[in-house]
Amino acid sequence: MQSKLFQRVLATLTMLFVSTVAFAYEGAERSHENLRPGVTQISQEVYDLHMMVLWIVTVIGLLVLGLIMYSAFAHRRSKRPEASKFHENLGLELFWTIIPFIILGFMAWPATKVLIQMDDSAEAELTVKVTGYRWNWSYEYLAYQDDNDVGVFYFSNLDTPKEQYENPVSAAGLFPYGTAADKFGKPAPEKDGDYMLAVDKPLVIPAGTKVRFLITADDVIHSFYVPDFGIKKDGIPGFINEAWAIVPEDATGTYHGQCTELCGKGHAFMPIEVNVVAKAEFDQWIADEKEKAASGPDLTPFASLDKALEKGEGLYASKCAICHGANGEGGIGPAFAGSDLATNPERIQEHIDILNHGRNAMPAFSAQLSPAEIAAVITWERNAWGNDTGDLIQPADVAE
Amino acid sequence: MSVTTADTHHDDHHHHAPTGLKRWLFSTNHKDIGTLYLWFSFAMLLVGGLMALVIRAELMYPGMQVVDPEFFNQMTTVHGLVMVFGAIMPATVGLANWMIPLMIGAPDMALPRMNNWSFWILPFAFGILIAAVLMSAFGEGNPSAPNFGWTFYAPLSTKYGPASTDFFILSVHMMGISSIMGAINVIVTVFNLRAPGMTLMKMPLFVWTWLITAFLLVAVMPVLAGAVTMMLTDRNFGTTFFDAAGGGDPVMFQHIFWFFGHPEVYIMILPAFGIVSSIIPTFSRKPLFGYASMVYATASIALLSFVVWAHHMFTVGMPLAGTLFFMYMTMLISVPTGVKVFNWVATMWRGSLTFELPMKWSLAFVILFTCGGLSGLMLAITPVDFQYHDTYFVVAHFHYVLVSGALFTLFAAAYYWLPKWSGVMPSKLLGELHFWNSLLSVNLLFFPMHFVGLAGMPRRYADYALQFADYNWWISIGGFWFGLSQIFFLAVAVRCAMKKGEPAPANPWDAPEEDLEWTVPSPAPFHTFDTPPVVK
Repeated sequence: MQSKLFQRVLATLTMLFVSTVAFAYEGAERSHENLRPGVTQISQEVYDLHMMVLWIVTVIGLLVLGLIMYSAFAHRRSKRPEASKFHENLGLELFWTIIPFIILGFMAWPATKVLIQMDDSAEAELTVKVTGYRWNWSYEYLAYQDDNDVGVFYFSNLDTPKEQYENPVSAAGLFPYGTAADKFGKPAPEKDGDYMLAVDKPLVIPAGTKVRFLITADDVIHSFYVPDFGIKKDGIPGFINEAWAIVPEDATGTYHGQCTELCGKGHAFMPIEVNVVAKAEFDQWIADEKEKAASGPDLTPFASLDKALEKGEGLYASKCAICHGANGEGGIGPAFAGSDLATNPERIQEHIDILNHGRNAMPAFSAQLSPAEIAAVITWERNAWGNDTGDLIQPADVAE
Repeated sequence: MSVTTADTHHDDHHHHAPTGLKRWLFSTNHKDIGTLYLWFSFAMLLVGGLMALVIRAELMYPGMQVVDPEFFNQMTTVHGLVMVFGAIMPATVGLANWMIPLMIGAPDMALPRMNNWSFWILPFAFGILIAAVLMSAFGEGNPSAPNFGWTFYAPLSTKYGPASTDFFILSVHMMGISSIMGAINVIVTVFNLRAPGMTLMKMPLFVWTWLITAFLLVAVMPVLAGAVTMMLTDRNFGTTFFDAAGGGDPVMFQHIFWFFGHPEVYIMILPAFGIVSSIIPTFSRKPLFGYASMVYATASIALLSFVVWAHHMFTVGMPLAGTLFFMYMTMLISVPTGVKVFNWVATMWRGSLTFELPMKWSLAFVILFTCGGLSGLMLAITPVDFQYHDTYFVVAHFHYVLVSGALFTLFAAAYYWLPKWSGVMPSKLLGELHFWNSLLSVNLLFFPMHFVGLAGMPRRYADYALQFADYNWWISIGGFWFGLSQIFFLAVAVRCAMKKGEPAPANPWDAPEEDLEWTVPSPAPFHTFDTPPVVK
């Protein structure tokens, strides 16, 4: 009877837990409650080390818990009205000082070995510079085999559509817009399986190759975290950190990571996606990318103001709204609606310069947007929200 | 200083205690100031708790539903600051104020006017900080409150910090001044005002741990002040301490911050060790096991705390030798900490145990703090820390040591000494409800954080991938439950303050007679030990 009850409770608890897992998610590489072994040799060793230490501390923890519970039960007052009076024992004190030292030694030795291996980033075949920005990543392929001037560079942005996470009530501050009634009763938007993990253009690396990452940042500190490679390294503005990985040839596929150093409003919205491909496929991909990079930016003028506005509206929403507000009302950054900068015809060049080169906390967007995109955004900012200047900025005006 | 006009009514103050607002504003009485500290810290616990509930409401489901990510970051930041500097630290200072003079047989703290000042700085410091949050939540245009995490790493807090960062800097300076003055007061009191016969090695362990804490405070608070001053000049006067573009270094900020920040962790936990070292012997009816080794262990933890700071920053890219040094040193800390845990267990061993509320909280502390300490040992293993670092595993770890660690002992202390403070016994029913609800909910709240952390959920995330969704829901439920459970304690405290409850005898727990605080009547008279007791 008792065991049946126990099983029922267990089953109910399990059901409760499992039923909440109903969220659709795919990908066998994702874990719910433990570290993943990952795919590189280092990440496997880290996993083994983790499991060893986890078992050691579990045993110690249960030992302490057991001693306390036993004492609480066996030495309670109703059983022992008179307490013993002992209060020191040098032997015992030495015992529980020395034994932990020995246990620590057992942990420190393998940890040191793994750490030394991790530190050796020599003889990498591919070097990629990873730069963190508020709030996306850029990847620059610096050297591949004998080619020390690959020159492939691109940005990688969150690809989860805003509609899947944004709600009208969450525009700024605490409940500033809309009412609770707007919010409740509405079904939560459907979410993709790779919600908050998908990016528009992943980092691509070849399998079976030692890849060295040079990690830095453009503005504040970010951290490049790819759990399946056992890598987490901070990107620090003005400094370069190193990490490396060899993904085995049979482990091609997509791996996800995230930024793990608080970097401001979009901290949770700059995932990392690494696409590990076979070496031959990578060679083809890098050749294609090099060709694209060589052709230079497209400076075809916009056919009409409306064409530019159409392009600018979407870009504004994805790149600018996070700081300047969805309706140009300002936020972390200054407002555009009715501002002098966005309406004064004499400040067009200044407007272009700020987007190209940045100012204070504003990043230089010439690195991540093409001249045509910057022109479209400026055109949008000068014509939306009642600014109506009629200014049409062409890609050639922006290109330098 | 001026000399007051000849006042011959020296004896009057024995019979006359000031009343009304002036009693509290101008108080130089260690008991009144202790009470102020304790109420203030409980108010801050509730404020910081409300912020935690905003965080948990947002994280209950994936997607942004309650606040926007900018406000979310302000909540995580100010929650941390309020809890560390507003709830835990002032509560331990409040206990020091109340209990150290009573425990060492002193008539008051050694520097009573500074005592008043060190308390009255705090409401203004937190007023400034919380004003920034209120302006952000309700003000025109929602100007950002501090939003860079309680660790305020540069350059996020310097070049990229919101305007309110200068409020934050002023506020932290004031908190630091208050802490330093409080610490100096403890040191001077313990060294000068002990009753005859109370040698250092006869002091209750709570006095020892606070003495060591006070030295830590005096050593590291100025370092924090230096860090925020450099921020101030970086932000406003064109220096570049933390900006590589001008020859500075953002990582230097982290070194300076954590040189303060790691000892700070022990500033919060050492008084907790002292509290349970008073309570467990009382309810085991057996002297503390290994008193001397407890003192030495506390001192070694304090010393080691100065050489482990960089384990908070293993991912910044330190040289291999540096990383190894900090890994080994951090692992070493587990030895004296283990000694303390085993000593507590040995104190209980073959005792005659009863489980009144203070003992319940203390045992919960020993078990759950051990859990937090063991995850701390896991975090020390650098190669694995690369996986744990800045994930919810870390959040789980430090909440286990600070909530079910430090906060639980503060509750233990409150239930233990409330009879002495108020003269009435705390309500058993409300206390039991408070304890059991807190114990169950705190584990529902923080244990699954280990899981989402290991599964890879970074901390300070306003939104997360779907594989973290199920546990986050449970964590939020635990959070609301834990938050609501504290209302029971509010009721307990208010009832005691209103003197409702069974009158307390002088020594309600049959504490050992050498514990001086139980030799004075309950409630403790306004002035105690005008004539020092003699300790044999």
